Amino acid sequence: MKDIFAGKLVRLSAFDPEEMSKAFARWNLNSEYQRLLNLSPHRMQSAKSNLKWMEEEVGEMSPASYFFSIRTLVEDKLIGELGLDVVSWPGRDAFVGLGIGETEYWSKGYGTDVMNVLLHFAFAEINLRRVTLSVFEYNPRAIRSYEKAGFRHEGRTRKVLNKEGQRWDVLYMGILREEWMGLDIPFQGG
Amino acid sequence: MKDLFRGELVRFTLEEPEPSAKAQVCWQRDTEFHRLIDGDPALLNSEKKIKEWIEKQVETGFEPDRYYFSVRTLAEEKYIGFLGLWVDLIHSEAWVGLGIGEREFWSKGYGTDMMKLCLQYAFSELCVARVSLGLHEYNPRALRSYEKCGFRLEGRTRKDGMREGKRHDTLWMGILREEWLGLDKGVGVVE
Amino acid sequence: MFDIQTQLFEGQDIRFGPIDHEKDPEIESKWTHDSEFIRLMETAPARPLSAAMIKKQYEKLEKQVEEDKNLFHFMIRARADDRLMGKASINGIEWANGNGLIRLGIGAAEDRRKGYGTQALRMLLRFAFAELNLFRVTAIVPEYNEGAIALLQKSGFVQEVCRRKSLERDGRRWDLYVFGLLSEEWRNQARA
Repeated sequence: MKDIFAGKLVRLSAFDPEEMSKAFARWNLNSEYQRLLNLSPHRMQSAKSNLKWMEEEVGEMSPASYFFSIRTLVEDKLIGELGLDVVSWPGRDAFVGLGIGETEYWSKGYGTDVMNVLLHFAFAEINLRRVTLSVFEYNPRAIRSYEKAGFRHEGRTRKVLNKEGQRWDVLYMGILREEWMGLDIPFQGG
Repeated sequence: MKDLFRGELVRFTLEEPEPSAKAQVCWQRDTEFHRLIDGDPALLNSEKKIKEWIEKQVETGFEPDRYYFSVRTLAEEKYIGFLGLWVDLIHSEAWVGLGIGEREFWSKGYGTDMMKLCLQYAFSELCVARVSLGLHEYNPRALRSYEKCGFRLEGRTRKDGMREGKRHDTLWMGILREEWLGLDKGVGVVE
Repeated sequence: MFDIQTQLFEGQDIRFGPIDHEKDPEIESKWTHDSEFIRLMETAPARPLSAAMIKKQYEKLEKQVEEDKNLFHFMIRARADDRLMGKASINGIEWANGNGLIRLGIGAAEDRRKGYGTQALRMLLRFAFAELNLFRVTAIVPEYNEGAIALLQKSGFVQEVCRRKSLERDGRRWDLYVFGLLSEEWRNQARA
């Protein structure tokens, strides 16, 4: 059986609140990273305050929420985080959010690889039928990465974001299980 | 659109904690009833305890894996029993358990009507892939009822229960979504 | 054969032991990153857990054992160096009915197919029948777990139920098999 947690460049690993709260505090010093990821205004947070909400969220272990650390296969370095939240069980739809905090790993295919692993997990282990995400209009790098992973554009909420004196849209993208199965990515069956 | 909560003989509702607890205190006195629906030893719980337990359920709110209904007859609006569903969300399998506490409503099609309503809810609203249940070997009335609803017998765990000095099997049944879709469903519909 | 001198927790190459709260979390955390192991062992979805989360799980487990009194849990350790190799348990025990559900798994891929599972199962069954005095035990396995199915059949279990298409993984649905073994069947085998 295939290791469903490993891709070509990264692997999904346990989300350890202690390790992650420190990493978050470090990554969030980068305002560009924050603006690409978060709707709310940029703010700094201590590792300690991060730890509290992480322990609560992650401790739950509900079938509806999954958190992962993203680590490189080569050096086992923690480079980002990934979350999957089921939005509707009858519809078997979940919302995915990911962030690569270590900026030297941007634009190198890591985001796409993470998403490929995540989609396999979503469709082959949690048995979802679709995955949804939202991405900001001013994040073309991420938009391209998600398009490469098979996501299709489904719409946009207009002028929701207000940054640097300009209004921007939030884009919604989605991928259906049958679309993902039709892609040229190995899907271990049987 | 169908009324999901209305069958031919019964309707699904949810009783308030107090009348629900009162009814359960009454039904638990009938140990034949208990022994038909439950494998655990018969107990006598206080109305207070049962009410607290029900209220705790109310407080925990809407869990996506748990659904509970009280059952009332359409004709006289009588509260006769309950039906519960527990869903394995990952594998899309629902487990059902039901009971008719009011004995005079046994063997009259009420259980079958409840189950048909339940299957409609499970498959067309919860959208599960299969519905499962277990029953005691010594409950042939339930077996017949469930077979009428489309459940298939999938096996029996041998001698896994014991009562009155005798060992009995638990029967396990299941119905798949595609099987349910293929049935000629006689569930009461309100268009 | 059933005299009290028989060691319940010592096998040939393995032994049953309690949880080592210091060393075990790290090892079990590694197992949870092995999706193959989880898919053989659990119907719940595979999800990688940190050592800290495993530690919390151990605490919950020990509390459950003490309070619910219907579950017994063992770590499987190598007799030679006490290395953690797997886990075994009997849960969902219904004392009035005399039945329980057994589960066991060998965590690391390199430790499988070496007979440790067979030894562990033998010890677990002795504990269930000769110490807990259960009347029967049940085991539930997905149809794709050929190793477990073979082990259960070799040990005298009878396949009793086929829960059709109860499990979904890798885009298809699988059957779940329910196996049962009665104490008289176990006793007859032990004698043979």
